[in-house]
Formats: sequence, structure tokens, C-alpha cells
Amino acid sequence: MEYEPVIGLEVHIQLSTKTKIFCSCSTDFGANPNTHTCPVCLGMPGVLPVLNKKVVEYAVKLGLALNCDINKFSRFARKNYFYPDLPKGYQISQYELPILENGFVEIETDDGYKKITLERIHMEEDAGKTIHKADGSYVDLNRTGVPLLEIVSNPVMHTPKEASEYLKAIRKTVRYLGICDGNMEEGSMRCDANISIRPKGQTKLGTKAELKNMNSFKHVEKALSYEIERQTAIIEDGDKIIQETRLWDEKNQITKSMRTKEDAFEYRYFPDPDLVPILIDDNYINQIKNDMPELPKAKYERFVREYSLKEDDARILTDEKHLADYFEEACKIHNNPTAIANWILTEMLGALNKENKTIEDSLIKPNQIAKLVKLIDNNTISGKIGKSVFAQMYKTGDEPEKIVKEKGLTQITDTGKLENIVDEVIKNNEKAVENYKSGKKNTIGFFVGQVMKATKGKANPKIVNELLIKKLEEI
Amino acid sequence: MYKKTLHQLIDLINKKEITGREIHKSVLDRIDLKDKDINAYTTVFREYEEYGKDGILKGIPIAIKDNMHIKGKRTTCSSKILENFVPEFNATVIEELEKESASFMGKTNMDEFAMGSSTETSYFGVTKNPWDTTKIPGGSSGGSAAAVACGEAIAALGSDTGGSIRQPAALCGVVGMKPTYGRVSRYGLVAFASSLDQIGPITKDVEDAAILMNIISKKDEKDSTSVNIKREDFTQYLNQNIKGMKIGVYDKVLKDCSEGVAKSMENSMDILKNLGCKLENVDLPSVQYCVSDYYIIAPAEASSNLSRYDGVKYGFRADGYDDLMDMYIKTRTEGFGDEVKRRIMLGTYVLSSGYYDAYYLKAQKLRSLLKKDFNSAFAKYDCIISPTTPTEAFGIGEKAGNPLQMYLSDIFTIPANLTSIPAISIPNGISNNGLPTGLQIMANAFREDNIFKCASAFEKEFNIIDKLPMN
Repeated sequence: MEYEPVIGLEVHIQLSTKTKIFCSCSTDFGANPNTHTCPVCLGMPGVLPVLNKKVVEYAVKLGLALNCDINKFSRFARKNYFYPDLPKGYQISQYELPILENGFVEIETDDGYKKITLERIHMEEDAGKTIHKADGSYVDLNRTGVPLLEIVSNPVMHTPKEASEYLKAIRKTVRYLGICDGNMEEGSMRCDANISIRPKGQTKLGTKAELKNMNSFKHVEKALSYEIERQTAIIEDGDKIIQETRLWDEKNQITKSMRTKEDAFEYRYFPDPDLVPILIDDNYINQIKNDMPELPKAKYERFVREYSLKEDDARILTDEKHLADYFEEACKIHNNPTAIANWILTEMLGALNKENKTIEDSLIKPNQIAKLVKLIDNNTISGKIGKSVFAQMYKTGDEPEKIVKEKGLTQITDTGKLENIVDEVIKNNEKAVENYKSGKKNTIGFFVGQVMKATKGKANPKIVNELLIKKLEEI
Repeated sequence: MYKKTLHQLIDLINKKEITGREIHKSVLDRIDLKDKDINAYTTVFREYEEYGKDGILKGIPIAIKDNMHIKGKRTTCSSKILENFVPEFNATVIEELEKESASFMGKTNMDEFAMGSSTETSYFGVTKNPWDTTKIPGGSSGGSAAAVACGEAIAALGSDTGGSIRQPAALCGVVGMKPTYGRVSRYGLVAFASSLDQIGPITKDVEDAAILMNIISKKDEKDSTSVNIKREDFTQYLNQNIKGMKIGVYDKVLKDCSEGVAKSMENSMDILKNLGCKLENVDLPSVQYCVSDYYIIAPAEASSNLSRYDGVKYGFRADGYDDLMDMYIKTRTEGFGDEVKRRIMLGTYVLSSGYYDAYYLKAQKLRSLLKKDFNSAFAKYDCIISPTTPTEAFGIGEKAGNPLQMYLSDIFTIPANLTSIPAISIPNGISNNGLPTGLQIMANAFREDNIFKCASAFEKEFNIIDKLPMN
């Protein structure tokens, strides 16, 4: 029988607000344990939470980007459970009235665009970290109270690939919005997956497993693939799937049972009486709407339309907002989008990828890459020289004109000067001349190479070509 | 000196006849004399500390219920689990009092985590009623009420979740006020039931209550549930003619009250009539479900609020545990008293899946109904009156074994918490058994003005201030 996997994801994104969701402690990552804390996030007796309004703003931004219904009235609820890194004994989250509902994320599949529909997105506070060491367990509450948005999809994905595309689309969106850095390895974006399988054609969902501990897009794909095989094998053996939570074990490349449904927590959700309901009006939504950046898909379509870029090039350029901005800024300085895109996509990204860096790390500024292309376009240097100029720019961040000037790389376009060199090359390569004359016209490449060698690549190849043909034909 | 009211002492200081330090000394002597017997305090501040002299309170010491934080002094909530907990910040009400040059006398005894109506659940032992030390003083702010009644405090703050200011005030023959929910910041008040808790004054007379209310009523950015409403001078409502005031009398349960309470109530109605008020019986049909409603909502919130006492970060931690779960269980088993555990269990139960709709959700709906009842009543009346308690102070141990009986002693006070409205208890009689009774005056949300008008006018006609057990 053929089986169909059904996948739904719960994605937590850590918001990049300066302060925590219910107190004014810093959200900076990497400080000494328990230094970014105050009585409020430590859950001392007598403290009260006060909502950071930035969190609502970020939530509404994401809601607009993902086509969600924005609830004009929503409220916080307490999710009660005991754990050492949860200082109040409850997490402030949203339950029956989340700030955002419905909406969708668009992903590209082999069959074109597909809409992954969402159930809800809600605001909540992060818990702290429990660190287990040989001599005991330690609690770091720096992360306690860092704002999160939890994005819950409907169970509408059917392949591990779709799941990772969905994650990538979310990552791209939140980075575009500037509300989260989307770093799965560092945990600023986290993903749990619900997966079940069912005979193809059946509408009823099978018993699901919840997968946790997947710290990269790859882990998510691998864990889901493993789980599909595991569940299929169980069903084909005539056994039943148990509803349980399973952890991805990257080392052994398997999922392992963590707890079954019987051990599931009883969270005793109820509205948090310390916080007033969140009221949002159209005015507020419109203000945020006016402030929204262009989103990835719109930008991609505009790049194709406005700059006549190839679709693949436009896709890569719009993958990261910084890269897209870089490209556009360069185009403002010199209007040759195709060439600029080529330089960015091949030379720039090639060099950066080798060092595992991103465009933000590049020493070359957008106006400098534009100037480099301009030098080539106005024949000051050749494309080949351009590459060596680029290499130096990449290393030092120097201006291309300065490099060209200091190294004397200006292209030789002086026909008289080039004629002498061409004559010299013809004189010194009798054998090649013979070949040429005997009809092997492609020998011309060899002559061009020789001239380039003699001029250290500075000769204008077009002029050299013309001169060579003229001289050789004259012989 | 300790016998005097807050406003009398303010006048004397203004006339330079006495100082705050001398008052502190006088009250301290009184505490040394009486508190071995009364047990009103969990912590007495023997050193006089001054926070300026220019504010309204001129350095006069105020007693604070031991569930509000004074920076650097322990806040125990009369619980073993917080026996040695020292907060690193002031409650907002303490900040406001300090701004007006209050000093502090100490922290007063209470039912553990404010759960109780007799102070019998305190880890530090019961507070005794100064009128008759075989009786309870009421609760949970029993320490504050007893201290004010017998001169162990000039005035005090209490907190009121289901009557915890008004009921002990009534049973100790003093004035106790629960403001409108949101009028006073809860920041730094250790939470019992967050949607019901409110801080208020316990004083010898109505004017003192107005003075303290003036100071502590303020919108606080640290408390999202505090309300941004114009500060007003409540003393302007004192000593006014209340002729024509429309008063609803909630008399439905009068038949269940003790003879003394019923008699005091009848007498109070006569006094108000003589003042020219128009009295009418008012029907509040949902009130009969109040106690049940309260004992779902309050424990539900409490079960969550008290989760933080887990032995991990601060407070008591049990010795000799095997693992994390064992540490949690031992710490909370040894750290909490029976009544607290009972309410945690109750609250956990009503919030559990499968019971939430039947209990918690239904209780919230009833709360809305109750608000509707009161709203329509306040469309007709400026105030609604009732006895504060069904009986005078009962004997120590008399109801300790019967929680349901104990819970019923808050039957008149609970509605004000569930509906967020303000209410005061003022003395309205002394029964034949020599114990005081209280008259409760309720008004619509943020209409403390009506309460002060009515209470002040009544007090002028009838008070027991000279009969307080000060000797």
C-alpha cells in the first residue's frame, strides 16, 4: 500500500527586541549566567509582568507578512508546569485567544507555488536554560522572558522537503521583517514537528509523533525522513503507532522516544489575571502596514521585472534582504544590473561562501562593486584584470580606481602601442603564423594570449583581436 | 499617644508637640506590653527609621501586613516557605508611603498567604482578638486589625481578596477599606488571587482611612491592572450631609446572622434613616452563589501563583531529597500549611482539563452575572449596605476543623472582590457578648466618594472609638 506522510510544524522564533517581553532586562545573547535578570524575570514573590509593546508590533508585522487574521482582542494565558528553569512555575503564553490566526506561508515546489496554511501564531515568553554538568545541574535565567512567537501550521505538508522549504520561507520572512535572526543552530529559531502517516487517499489523520531537538533545516529533513520510514514499517507490520514525543538523535541519525501521551503534561491553562487583554485597532494595524518592508516574493518579482534578471539570479539575490539591498545600492551607482548581479553572484558570493561569510562581512561596499563594473564597462580595465582588482578589493576594501592606478592596470587602448606588440608576437611565432595561414583560424586565440601575456593582461582584447586579424591577413 | 488616630497625631506633630520617633517609642512600648499575648506582629521594627519629614505622614509609623515588601525586611506571608525571605525591592504602596514620610512599625501576622478568615493558618501562630483573647481577630489581615484595635499600631495596611481587610476590621471594631480593584498598585504584594487582591487601609476611624487612601491610590506602570484614574482627595467627602442618599439594603441573609449582628444592622439602618437617607431592600440574586464562585476562582489563581515556591531559587528547601521531583514534593509538603495545600489542590483540580469548563469557566460566567446584578443595583442606589460578617468573632479553634463553615464567614465581603467594587467596614455596634460588629458599605467601581460620605456621616452619629481595648 502507498502511504502519505502528514506533517505540521510548530516553529518558535525568538524576537530581536532589545528588552524582554515582561521586564526591561536585556535580551542579548552570551552574557554571564543570570546577569540579565531582575525580580520580574526571576519570578520573585510580589512582581508583576508589564507587556513590552514592541512584541505586539513584531507579531502584527509577521501577521501582515503571513496573511493572518489579526485578532483585535487577544489575551495572555498561563501554562502551568514545574521545571527549574521556569521560575514562576508557569509560562506566560497565549491559549484560547492568540494574537494571530489563519494565514499561510508560500513555498516553491517542483509543481509551482504551494500555500502552507497556518492555524495560529501566538506570543509567549521563553524559559531559561538548565545546564547539566558532571557535578550537578545549573540554571541560567538570562533567556527567561525573551519574547517568542510560536507559529503553528496546519498538518498540510507531505514531504520532508516541503517542511524544510516552509522553514526556509519563514526564516526568510522574519529576517526580512527584522524581527528575528532566524538562526536555528543558536536556537533563535526552533522547530518541533508533528508527523503521522496514512494510506494514500484516506482523509482521517493517523496517530502522530511529535519530534523535537532538530537544530537545523537538515536535521528536520532527516528526522522526518527517518520517522516516515519508522512509522511505515510499524504499520506494514500490522502494529499501531503510539502517540508520543520523540527526540532526534543526530549522532545515531534516529529518533528516540522521550515520553508517551500518558506522561503528557497537564498545563492547566487559564487567562493570566496579571495582564490586561491586548486591544488592537485598525489605526495601529495601518501604521504598521505603512512601515512594512518589501517582502521576499514581491522583491523577487520586481527584480525580474525591473532589472531584467534571470529568475535564478533574482531568487538568490532576494534570498537575503541584505544581499538584495546590496545589489540595489550598487545599481544606483552604475546602471548595469546584469553585470553587477554577475559579479555579486559569482565572485562575491564565491569568495564569501568559501569563508562561510555573508554579504554583511564583505569589505567591499556596494558603491565599490559598482565602480569596478563601471571601470570594465568604460574599457578602463578588462574583465580579466577586473577579477584581480576584485581579489584585492575583497582583501583590503580598497577603492578599485586606487588599485588600478597604483598597479598600473589601466587597459592599453593605444592602437600604436599595441601594434608594436602585435608585430613582435607575430614575428616570434612563425609556426603559429603558418598554421593560421593554412586555415587554422582559431590560432587567433593563441596570438591574443601572447599579446595579453606581453601586456600583463592590460591590452584591450577587442582591439588586439582586430589588429591581429588585420596583420595576419596582410601577411 | 498610641491611642490616638493618625490625623490627631499629624496635628500634634504639626503643632510640634510630639515627633514621629516618640510615637514609634510609644507604640513599641505598647507592643512590648501586649504582643506576647496578642501576637499581631511577625516582625517588629525596633529601630525607628525616617523617610523625610515633609510628607503628610510626618514620620508616623504604619504597620504593614506581612505580604507586602519593605526592601531589606523579611516578607514571610506567615508561611514557613518564606520564613526567611528578604525582598530586594519595595512594594509600590511602600514607596508611596515613604514619599509621604511614613515610617514603619513592623510586619503584621496573617493567615498563611492570606488564605483564611481567622489568622489561625499562620505559621507563626494565631493572632488573638484584643477584645477577647479567646476569640480570633478575623483574617487574613488579622494582625493589622488587632494591632490597630489595641494600640499596637496607629494605622495599618492590609490586603483583601475575599474580605481579608473588612472582616478582621469588623471583628476587631476598627475601620477597614477595600478600594476598587485597580485603584491601588499590587506591585510588591505577594499574590494570592491576582484578579481579586487589593491593598487597603485598616484604621481607627474613617478620616484615617481617607488619608491613607489618598497616598496609596495611584496608577502604577509596574502593575498593568492598575487603572489610570484621576487622583482625588478623599478627605473632601468627610463630614458631609448625606440627606437624600439612596441606599440599598442587602438583607436577604440577615436571618442567618447572629442576634447581635442583626441588632447592630437594624440600629445602623435607623441611624442612616435619621440622617435622611432613603433605604430600600435590594435583591442581588447571584450573591447566593458567591462563596462557591470565590472558592473556584481564588484557589485556581492561587494554585498558579504559588507554583514559584518550589525550593529552587529562594525560600525554604527541604533537606534530604532524592531527585528533582522529590525535592519539589518535600519542599512544598513541608513548607506549606494545610489550608494552603487544600486551596492549591482545589485550584489545580478546577483548572484541570475536563473540569475547566465545568468549574473555572462557569465561575467566570457567574462573576459576569454578579457584576450585572450590582450594576443594575448601582443604577438605583449610591451605596449598598450589609453586615460585614454574619457573626461576631468566633472562638479560636471553633471553625478551624470545618473549612466550609470558615469560608461562609466571608459571605458578605466576597461579592465586592468578585465585582471589583470598593467596600468599607465600619464599627456599628457592640454585641451583648462584648464583641464589636461591622457595617459594610459598598459603592460602584471608583465611587469611593459615596462610601466616604456615607461612612463619615454614620461615624459621626455612631462610633466605638472610645471603647477600643486600649488599656
